[in-house]
Amino acid sequence: MSNKLHIAVARRFWCCAVRRARFVLFPTLTALLLTGCGGGLQSVLNPSGPQSEHISGLWWFMLITCTIVFVLVMILLFAAVVKGRKGFPDPIAPPEKETRESERRRGVVVAVATAITIAILFVFIVDSFFVGRGMTAELDRKQGINIEVTGHQWWWEVRYQDVDASSIFTTANEIHIPVGVPVTFSLKANDVIHSFWVPNLHGKKDLIPGKISTIWLQADKPGIYRGQCAEYCGHQHAHMALWIFAEPREQFDAWRRAQIQSAASPATASEQRGQQVFLSSACVMCHAINGTPAGSNFGPNLTHLASRKTIAAATLPNDRQHLAQWVDDSQQIKPGNRMPPNKFSPEDMQALLDYLQSLK
Amino acid sequence: MTEITGTAGVPPASRNASTEVTAKPSNSAFHEVGRDGRDPSEDEREIKELERVWACPPGIYGWFTDTDHKAIALRYVVTAFVFFLFGGIEALLMRIQLARPESHFLSPDLYNQVFTVHGTTMMFLFAVPIMTAVGIYLVPLMVGTRDVAFPRLNNYGYFVYLIGGILLYVSFFLNTGPDAGWFAYVPLSGPGYSPGKRVDIWAQMISFTEISALSGAVVVIGTVFKMRAPGMSLHRLPLFVWAQLVTSFMIIFAMPAVMLASSLLASDRLIDTHFFNPAEGGDAILYQHMFWFFGHPEVYIIFIPALGFVSSIVITFSRRRIFGYTAMVLSLIATAFLGFGLWVHHMFATPLPQLGQSFFTAASMMIAIPSGVQIFCWIATMWGAKLNIKTPLLFVLGFVAIFVLGGLTGVMLASVPLDLQIHDTFFVVAHLHYVLIGGAVFPLFGAFYFWFPKWTGRMLSERLGKWNFWLMFIGFNLVFFPMHQLGLKGMPRRVYTYLPETGWASLNLLASLGALVLGIGVLIFIVNFFWARRFGAVAGPNPWGADTLEWSLTSPPPAYNFQRIPVVEGRNALWDQSTEAPVVVGLSSTKRETLVSSVVDAVPELRYELPGPSIWPLLLALATAETFIVGIFTPWAFLVGAVLTFAVFVGWFFGNPNYENVDAKQPPDETNFASEDLRAEEA
Repeated sequence: MSNKLHIAVARRFWCCAVRRARFVLFPTLTALLLTGCGGGLQSVLNPSGPQSEHISGLWWFMLITCTIVFVLVMILLFAAVVKGRKGFPDPIAPPEKETRESERRRGVVVAVATAITIAILFVFIVDSFFVGRGMTAELDRKQGINIEVTGHQWWWEVRYQDVDASSIFTTANEIHIPVGVPVTFSLKANDVIHSFWVPNLHGKKDLIPGKISTIWLQADKPGIYRGQCAEYCGHQHAHMALWIFAEPREQFDAWRRAQIQSAASPATASEQRGQQVFLSSACVMCHAINGTPAGSNFGPNLTHLASRKTIAAATLPNDRQHLAQWVDDSQQIKPGNRMPPNKFSPEDMQALLDYLQSLK
Repeated sequence: MTEITGTAGVPPASRNASTEVTAKPSNSAFHEVGRDGRDPSEDEREIKELERVWACPPGIYGWFTDTDHKAIALRYVVTAFVFFLFGGIEALLMRIQLARPESHFLSPDLYNQVFTVHGTTMMFLFAVPIMTAVGIYLVPLMVGTRDVAFPRLNNYGYFVYLIGGILLYVSFFLNTGPDAGWFAYVPLSGPGYSPGKRVDIWAQMISFTEISALSGAVVVIGTVFKMRAPGMSLHRLPLFVWAQLVTSFMIIFAMPAVMLASSLLASDRLIDTHFFNPAEGGDAILYQHMFWFFGHPEVYIIFIPALGFVSSIVITFSRRRIFGYTAMVLSLIATAFLGFGLWVHHMFATPLPQLGQSFFTAASMMIAIPSGVQIFCWIATMWGAKLNIKTPLLFVLGFVAIFVLGGLTGVMLASVPLDLQIHDTFFVVAHLHYVLIGGAVFPLFGAFYFWFPKWTGRMLSERLGKWNFWLMFIGFNLVFFPMHQLGLKGMPRRVYTYLPETGWASLNLLASLGALVLGIGVLIFIVNFFWARRFGAVAGPNPWGADTLEWSLTSPPPAYNFQRIPVVEGRNALWDQSTEAPVVVGLSSTKRETLVSSVVDAVPELRYELPGPSIWPLLLALATAETFIVGIFTPWAFLVGAVLTFAVFVGWFFGNPNYENVDAKQPPDETNFASEDLRAEEA
């Protein structure tokens, strides 16, 4: 028991340290997010695209109608209770015979209430059918872009498709999209079922092994939108988030051009040593850095790691301290994730961090 | 407490009765005799005989072999309630974990086990069994018979359930509790992503509880259809019994689907089949179809019996006949039918064609109609009546408030586009607890307060009952109402923690505090239970002035239920009973004999001897246990299990005497009542 307690205390201490660091570093991102979309960066009620706006309209319509229904039923119930709360016979006498008139009056009320229920439901069905049709309607995809998202335990692989094979590139957990352009997502899963969900832009869609599902969405205003896996997928389901960065077209194109490039060559001696550490350690078993021999795609592609705002599926800010903690022992941060602890000498670790942070 | 003058509280048999009922031939075995025509000492002798014949064997052996439906049902209720408490403790653990962001109270591994075991417990070990259990206690009493149709099967069902529950909890305490969710979606629950035995234990536990539920369903259907008292034609069946009957049919159609799903999953895991492995041509969505084809009706299997409780309570506490009996019955049946047509609304986010999904939207919304009709009918029943506002009625009023809200969010979830946003978020967690706690647990607690006097002979405290209700009602809304908003703010279900930046912390803290209040409410019930067992007011046969037949018996009822099976004269049996109500005589008091009647009109057909205590049900349960538990480790267990089961069946059926079913229309054997007593005395 006491042993467990020690572990718990140690763990709490560690987490406090992590959290404190995060409280210092995250406000930048959070502030950005909050100003970006006026609060609710992961909210159904803060629609930022045509799809989510459609759904939000339906939501408010249904909410108001249902609230009225609820209030009416409660008034009826309450009135019945208030009327009947006094005068229950004592001793309990057998019930009186109902009058025809009372039967008939109550019958009319029940029939009318049922008819209203049916009418409301009918309106709901028709409305949600047309909203659904509006959402799945074919759109002009010619100028749109096509992104393939693959769910892994517990991160998102993001692959930008292009007719020109040399322009295809892979990144992870952070998706940049141009504002006002429809984006088609092809969703796949490699291991178990996940669900892709960015509530500000659209509802969710499951990623199912052996099947491809498609969803399209569009951001109408620039901003940062958080998404999260919505289908229970094991240990770290809670820490499988993603960010969508909706940017003006030029900014997006610039980002895209940078992403297509191979990794920057190490410039300093420390970075060179860091690359050697990377290539000679277990890192290469899972990660790819384009332009180097590292080519495994079991884990996230690290070619432009330093250009990303977060690591560990949008769990930690991407800075030197968190990167160091993550590389050293990610199991402390996301217990059960697929990355093993790596024990490097302090010098090797610093060199590795130098190298990783140079991957702009 | 008070009694309805002239009817309740007096066993029909002891009332002055007419000597003949014209509807039946006078030479039938069932002719009616008043007390006047009989020697009172003969009556006493008969009761003694019945007590001897229906007695439970003494000691622990008796506990294992007893077939009294009341004893079995109370065991069921207590066991299921203990599981409810376990599930509640798990819920509290989860709420502690989620009270603040990035909490490390539970590790992700433990949290995933806890939420899986919570869901599994509440659905399979608490909700379905306890609803069946209340039915097994009350159905034979309400239809006026001496035991259920298959008393030994009933006993078997309990043991299978008990073993399944123990299996889950032993494995949970050994840190091998299932962790793939109560729905255990493949491939996460498949051999590739859930190594070890955790999911196997889940799959086999499902089989245990399903077998038990099926046994219960068969027992209830048999009892309702063939063992009703004369005069209780189907259109006079109490709504409680209708609800149990409809539920039992749902169980029979729904449960095989999940047994298939869990068995295919188990064989994927145990003997390397590929039913659900997409890499080998299997299909992950197939599992979801099979699971939800059971999973959605399951909700109604839990909810419909609760509707029966509500009807009983509303009738009794407004002292009025139910408004719209026919509409109520048809609503129950409609709910059951529609309940099978909307499973896909759990799968709207999967890649299924839109037109197909629209069908399920329509079906899902349609089910609100029968529910609405019932709510309206209850309100219409209470409208203008003088209400006896006691704890059972409070729970029913709470039920209406909570359930209507849950039903309305259910209508929202039926809409495909809206569902895509709120599916698998805390909004759904809120919705499902509104319909299941509001729709089933509140009526259940109302039923506890209502029938506790019948079960134990003592009244629960009204004062504690009001505390219990208000704490549960307020606590419940504090826990689950904020969850609607959490879901809209993007919080997915089944997350063991969340980042502070998400802004979900304050609502989660509120929910966790609410959980504490809800927990205290349940605790007060437990206190009330133990208090009432010792100090509760003595109830008498009919403390509430209720209308169904169980209230004509002593509290608790004797082992044989009815010394004389009554003849039912109206829908509200005790209220409609004339002062000269006839009773059935001619049933043996030296055998466990009861009356078999026709399905629709309950015309007496046979005198039927029910089997008594036996060890075979327990042995069969053990053989079943061997099959499924050892089957987690080796497929050979099934071979051994088949042999064992066969052996037990041989013992079970060879041991039985040859019962002779006597036609009710046959002229009475002179040995039938009085002389049989004499014979027994001679022996």
